[in-house]
Parts: sequence; structure tokens; C-alpha cells
Amino acid sequence: MSESENADLEQFRSETRAWLEANCPPEMRKPATSDTDVFWGGRNAKFASEPQRIWFERMRDKGWTVPDWPKEYGGGGLSAAEHKVLRSEMAKMGARPPLSSFGIWMLGPALLKYGNEAQKKEHLPKIAAGLIRWCQGYSEPNAGSDLASLQTRAESDGNDFVITGSKIWTSYANYADWIFCLVRTDPTAKKHDGISFILFDMTSKGVTTKPILLISGYSPFCETFFDGVRVPKSHVVGTVNRGWDVAKYLLQHERAMISGMGERGVGRPLGQIAADSVGTDAQGKLDDAMLRGQIATFDVDEAALAACAERAVDLAKAGQAHPAFSSAMKYYGTELNKRRYEILMSAGGVDALEWESERSRQGARPRAWLRTKANSIEGGTSEVMLGIVAKRILDLPGA
Amino acid sequence: MALVLTEEQSMLRDSARGLISDKAPVSHLRSLRDAKDPTGFSKEFWHSFAEMGFAGLLVPEEFGGSGLGFMEAGVVMEEIGRTLMPSPFLATSVIAASALNRGGNAAQKSEYLPKISNGSLLATLAIDEGAKHRPLQISLQAVRAGNGFKLSGAKALVVDGHVADLFIVAARTAGSAGERDGLTLFLVNPKAKGVAIERTIMVDAHNAARIELANVEVNADNVLGEVDQGATLLDGVLDIGRGAVASEMVGLSEEVFNRTVEYLKNRKQFGKLIGEFQALQHRAAELYVDIEITRAATMKALQALDADVAKATSAVAVAKARAGTTATRAVQEGVQMHGGMGMTDQFDIGFFMKRARVCEELFGDANYHTAQLAKARGY
Repeated sequence: MSESENADLEQFRSETRAWLEANCPPEMRKPATSDTDVFWGGRNAKFASEPQRIWFERMRDKGWTVPDWPKEYGGGGLSAAEHKVLRSEMAKMGARPPLSSFGIWMLGPALLKYGNEAQKKEHLPKIAAGLIRWCQGYSEPNAGSDLASLQTRAESDGNDFVITGSKIWTSYANYADWIFCLVRTDPTAKKHDGISFILFDMTSKGVTTKPILLISGYSPFCETFFDGVRVPKSHVVGTVNRGWDVAKYLLQHERAMISGMGERGVGRPLGQIAADSVGTDAQGKLDDAMLRGQIATFDVDEAALAACAERAVDLAKAGQAHPAFSSAMKYYGTELNKRRYEILMSAGGVDALEWESERSRQGARPRAWLRTKANSIEGGTSEVMLGIVAKRILDLPGA
Repeated sequence: MALVLTEEQSMLRDSARGLISDKAPVSHLRSLRDAKDPTGFSKEFWHSFAEMGFAGLLVPEEFGGSGLGFMEAGVVMEEIGRTLMPSPFLATSVIAASALNRGGNAAQKSEYLPKISNGSLLATLAIDEGAKHRPLQISLQAVRAGNGFKLSGAKALVVDGHVADLFIVAARTAGSAGERDGLTLFLVNPKAKGVAIERTIMVDAHNAARIELANVEVNADNVLGEVDQGATLLDGVLDIGRGAVASEMVGLSEEVFNRTVEYLKNRKQFGKLIGEFQALQHRAAELYVDIEITRAATMKALQALDADVAKATSAVAVAKARAGTTATRAVQEGVQMHGGMGMTDQFDIGFFMKRARVCEELFGDANYHTAQLAKARGY
């Protein structure tokens, strides 16, 4: 980087810091501790608090709900280097993301790459402004990680497709306005070849959803049923029967997103959280040598993973990233997040076992612990990720 | 700073790799070991290494060096790790050069640094006394005597100790073992009266020695840095050494991993390439992820050292801890996946396992650095 570029970036940093200081309400500088702390947008969105609304609207007006998207689609138009600066300044302040959205993390990047101009103009600004909440229709009851076995079919009828079938593990389908969905448009083609990527409104006739109760006591996922849903063919993203390319590209973003989940809602270091409940010895060391060792080992691995995530971004910027590297990150990030919550449960002792009590904030910790067990399953299991690394990066032989 | 090599650093890597893989592949170490070579490395190769500017890589240009940073030193260490090349680069060019450059006065710098740059002087840091790395547990005594000091005590695992022209000895001028105050670094001539050196043949066939000092006289000019205040200088120099060894372990891990993956692609058992077995594929993939994460952590540490040595401690602890764990796993998987052949001396894999064990102990193992991180974070 040249000196003048560096100077520009430093100026951007100081301006950004000043803007964030002036505009991020103090309440939005604490880690999110419950579902209502996260703002998802959508037609029926409600703000949990006034500071949440203010923070969202100010960031939206700057295009900083999607800082690196082009300005013409509602983004902030930041370069990769500027985006990194913004992220690091927000992290330093502990500022929450103003808007969480599968539209931002997953659909948006896929539309930017594969969408036509009309689709980009129609959908991207609404994602950026939090007007439409999206869900993802990928997995099916008999096609989880083996996604290409999906059976939901879309039959051609004039200018429309008529969609029949069902999806499972559709996160927040019961709150979503639109779905991005994989459907089989050519039943005679080989596994990957007859699939299309299509968008439609969840209020369309024939769409129903049913929440699935999980071991954590929550229902973030749904079963979703399509009974002759009529969707214009112009809603296909990319080429008909070539939806697998879009799906794969999107999965890379999903995996990168899930691998970073541990960073969200973190707050105090594990060692200090543990010291509160376990206590310390005369030297100030955690009064459980084995737990102290587990936490310290975790801290080493977490710091190393953070460096690797940073490097992954830098490699991508330099055009040196392997396309399957997000699978490696997804595998490690989710396994690490599970370890974090095992440690938190161990550190909390009997207090962490309370399920319905004021003191435990209605069992926030055990529920979050149980939730993390899905991390290494959703978006492709750890075993699938390792298989992808083995075959696509290491080029090992076999089916 | 981006965590990718710059164009200049990539060129440095390519030239180091070309030279090292050509002139000092693993067979080079093997032949030195088999011949019980008295020097333990190739002097001839060291001179050509120096001529290419590697010996003085960290030495400022005014003293004849290249004035490059720790990131560049790490690039070279990584290549050294790939072939296990024994050389004075770590002890002399990285650790001693940094100690002299950071702690030396004008006279000391102009006397020693140009000689380090041109490859004519070998130097080493003598630090540990017990079985494990405990930099504050120093009891080698330096007692004031006239205008100088008299040093008495012993050091273990002095890298290149039997061939060095200069020792940098950490001694206690005040206080007692375990305390930070009262440590002082001294420049000691190995040929001085009262110095006894025993070359210790190590498991990895690299150079090391035990040294004993019995009333060795040094004068006040031989103090490096401040009397009694050596701990801070030592912290920085050790962190630089740790970053360098972590880089060597990254190179070593990646090389042993590449060899293992190649083996998985070629070796047949039960009528199949063993690389087709999912049990092995998943273990290989896990190891790949481990190595990538460790590489990033190590680059992060080297960048932190380049930015400010005093503030790099936690990043270095993360890197050295990770590098130790990953290298241990890489060599163990390497031997296991090579099956019985991995246990033979004829195969090179065992050389990597032995070197990884030594690198793990050098300047603190994974347990040591993990505990340091816990302490720094206050739990």
C-alpha cells in the first residue's frame, strides 16, 4: 500500500471513529444477550428499544448496514480496506451490528454475483434498508448435508413455475417475507444439474410453515410446505438448471458467517466469567487448574482462529484464497464455539443448569449451550466440511 | 497490515527456498549426523548464505546488514524448517543480532554487528539452567569484582554453544531465582579462563551445548544493556526467538504434512489408495486446518513484533503455543500415516519428529505459553 493510500485510510479511520462515537447509542455498545437484542428487519419488524431504532436508522442512512455493497443498491460503497477499518472500529467499541439478516449474509452476495440488473435493483436496496426479511429454502427432510438430493420440484407452466414439495430447517421461515429456494427444474438430469435457484414471496398461495421445537426450548427452525406455489420464471437467479453454482457460492458465505458466530455476543473473557463463579486462589489464579488450562487453551485457539479469519479476508483481497477455504473455517469455528459453551457450562456449575428462573435470565446459558450443538450440523456438517477440505483442497482421491 | 506476504517477501521466500532445498535438503542433515560432523553445520554453505545477505537480515544497514524485519526473518526460518537445515541463523542472526541491536551500546554494536552480517562471527544466547524454560529462574551468579564481574554457574541447551565465538549470558547480579529485578546480560568470550563447554549431541542432530562458568572474569564493557535491569531486554529478545521458532515449526509442519498427503495419494492397502479412506481424509483435513490457523497466528505475531516488540507478548504466546501443538500433531500423524516405514531411520519423517520436539522445548513449550496467556488475561 502506498503512503498516500495509508494516509487516506488513517483519515477514514479517525472520521469513522468520531462518527461512531457520536452516533452509536451507549446501549448498543453492549453484547447482545437475548434474541430481542438482535434486529432482523422485515415487513413486521418491531424495534425492541428506542436506541436500537436510532442505531439502525443512522447506520442505514449511511449505507452501513451493508458497508461494502455498491451505493446504487443501498450500500456504503466502501473498499475492502475501508470495510476492514469500519469493522475493527466497531469491534473496538463493542458496537452491535445494526441489522442481522440472511439477506445481507447470504442472498445479497449471491445476487451481486449472479443476479440480473432488475433483480439487483428490486431486492438489494430492500435488504439494505431492512424492509424485507429473507429465509433460505435449501435442506429437505431427506436431503440435509446431501443437498443435491433435493426433491422439491418446479414444473414449467407458461411464464411460471409451479412449486411443490417441502423444506426443513428453514431458519425463521415463520417470520420471513421472502424465501430464496433451491428447486428441481429438471428431474431427469444428474443430481447437481437440474436444480434452479428461485425467489418468491412467503405470502404466496400454497406456502405454509410449521416451527420445530428444539432441545434448547426454542424454535428457530421451521418445516416449510409448498403446495402448487406459482412463481414467475423471471424470479430465477442465474440460469435455469444451473442453480447449483449460485447455491455453492452462497454456501461459502453461509459457512464464513457461521464460522464467525462465536464472535457475536461474546462480552467478557471466559477466564473472568469463570472466576466469578469458581473463585480464585491466593495468587489470583482460577481455583480449578484443569478448567484454567482448558480456558487458556481455548483462548490460544480462538486468537489463532481470529488471525486466520483476518488472513482469509486478506487472501481473498489479494486473489490468493482457495474457494473451499470457507469450509475449513466453518469446521473450526463451529467446533470452537461448541467448546466455548462447554466451558461456560462447566464454569457456571449448578447455576448454569437453571432453565426457568429470573436469576438465570430464563436459562439463557443452557439454552445457548444447546443451540451451539447445531453449529456443526447446519450449513453442512463438520464431517462434510472435512470431506470438502480433503477432496477440494488436499486433492485426496475417492468418491 | 495484511496477513499475506508482500511481493518482496515472496521473492525472499523463493530465493531462500531455492537455495536451501538445493544445497541443504534433509539428506544434508542426515549426512552431518552420520559423520558426527564436529561443526554440526556446513561452514561453506553458511558463507554463501551470508553473501546473499541472510546472515545480516536483521542487522541495520549502517552495520552492513539488510535492515529487514521479523516478518522476513520468519520467512527464512520457515524455509529452514522445511528441510531442517542446521545453521547459525536462529542463534546468531535472529537472537544474538537482536540482543546486540536492541541492548548494545555504540561500541558493542560496531564491534559485533558487522561481523554477524558478513557471517564471520557466531553468537548465542545462554539462558536456561533447568530442564524447562523458566527465564526468571536464573541463578548463575555475577558478582562485582573490581571494575567488572565474576560469573559462576551453568547453562543448558545453549544453541551452537560449542562453535560460538560469543556468548550472551543471562546472569543474576541481584535478587534470587524467580525475581525479575537483578538480571543482567553479559557478553562472554567462550575462550575466557574458567569456561567449560560440553557439546551435547541432541535427539534432532542439531547443535547444542552445556556450558559451565567458574569465576569467569568480565569487565564492565561486557554488560549488555543495564545492570540489574536485563529482564525487559531479555523478554523482547526471547519473544523474537519464539516468533522465529514458531515460523520454523510452521515450515516443518507444512513439509511433513505435504509429504504425508503425497503418501496418502500413492500408498495402496486393501486394494485401495489409503487416501480414499474417510478416517484418514478427515484426520488430514483437520491437520490442514490446524496448520493454516497456526500460520496465521504466527504471521500475526511477527507483524506485532515488527510494530512494537514490547507489545507483542500475547501474540507471540499464542503463536508459540499453537505452533508447538500443531507441529507435535503434524509429526505424529506423519509417522502414523506412513505406517511402519515412518518408524524407520531410512525415511526422513523421523527427523521432523525429532526436530519438532526440540523446537517445542526451545523458549517455552505450549503449556508454558498457554499459561502465560492466562496470566496476562488475569485468571
